[in-house]
Amino acid sequence: MAGDFEPKIVAFCCHYCAYSAADLAGSMRLQYPTNIRIVEMTCSGNIDHRVILNAFEEGADGVYVAGCMEGDCHFLKGNYRAKKRVNHVKKLLEEIGFDSRRLEFYNLSAAMGPRFAEIANEMTQRIKELGPSPLNKKENGKEGDGK
Amino acid sequence: MIIAQQKPIQEIAEMIKDCRKVLLVGCAGCVTVCLSGGEKETEILASELRIMRKLQDNPLETVTFVCTRQCDPEYITPLDNLVEDVDAIVSLACGVGVQYVAERFPTKWVLPAQNTNFIGGSIEHGIWEERCGLCGNCILHLTGGICPIIRCSKSILNGPCGGSQYGKCEVSKDTPCAWQLIYDRMQSLGKLDKLLEIQPPKDWSTARHGGPRRAVREDVIIG
Repeated sequence: MAGDFEPKIVAFCCHYCAYSAADLAGSMRLQYPTNIRIVEMTCSGNIDHRVILNAFEEGADGVYVAGCMEGDCHFLKGNYRAKKRVNHVKKLLEEIGFDSRRLEFYNLSAAMGPRFAEIANEMTQRIKELGPSPLNKKENGKEGDGK
Repeated sequence: MIIAQQKPIQEIAEMIKDCRKVLLVGCAGCVTVCLSGGEKETEILASELRIMRKLQDNPLETVTFVCTRQCDPEYITPLDNLVEDVDAIVSLACGVGVQYVAERFPTKWVLPAQNTNFIGGSIEHGIWEERCGLCGNCILHLTGGICPIIRCSKSILNGPCGGSQYGKCEVSKDTPCAWQLIYDRMQSLGKLDKLLEIQPPKDWSTARHGGPRRAVREDVIIG
């Protein structure tokens, strides 16, 4: 795989945990890859199948949804629902021949700045290993250069 | 409501493999409530098909629209402006909607994205169960509001049969014996004596066995 491939990764982050954890990671001056594009959500339970699919169609090489620790959702069950939805979309992606490892769900808390950076690294590494999204490869014949 | 479930994506993709542009039509009626063919599901299916085709290097253009109901002619007229340049119309309605769309657009290839399963209701969010057999001659007044036609595996009118064990049907341990339910309910209502009346064989001519059915309300026909 091309060594200079820099994936685009969209992270849908819950305001009460992952987004705050990203803030904390920043305050702690932790380094994490610039490949992550964070989208703040009021709750991970707001995630919609269409939004995930749309992110891939619009050029994301990877997508992850980050919600609160199990049992800690500000809205009680949003993170469980998000996880179920993400798993369902993973199944849909497999059915249509798209590698579902490009999509992931994570649980973390607002206090987990280092974990946020770790997840960002982990996901970036995973997507680098998988290479550019096949949907981007066929875009103007230019690898890894989505829309 | 009518309960339908989407066909496997591969099956739908195979139907439209020769198409370059398709119109996907959802329905805001029953299939929206049973989460298989509403606005959300229509857009998800469109997205899945586009991704699939892009992976095959054979891009697909999609147009989506959701009718208020596909089983009423006036609600499918908005499709008139959308069908012109599409190679096929994929309907996410029940079998009724698919046929209405096909009738309205005789020159278009109209395809079903769903398998229409049964008439039922939700048990909890995400679980639906069959409740009506559409026999055309309701007997719920005789059976405590529990239908033996559709909920008894044998549709018997004088149950239970010998296959009823510990309240379950011999067909599956997950299927309650309808006649056990009927007995329990009639007992709690103090109407067990009603069950002593032997029901004669049912006249099935009002059901599907009498051929395709039609309902007419003369007083509301306009014109």
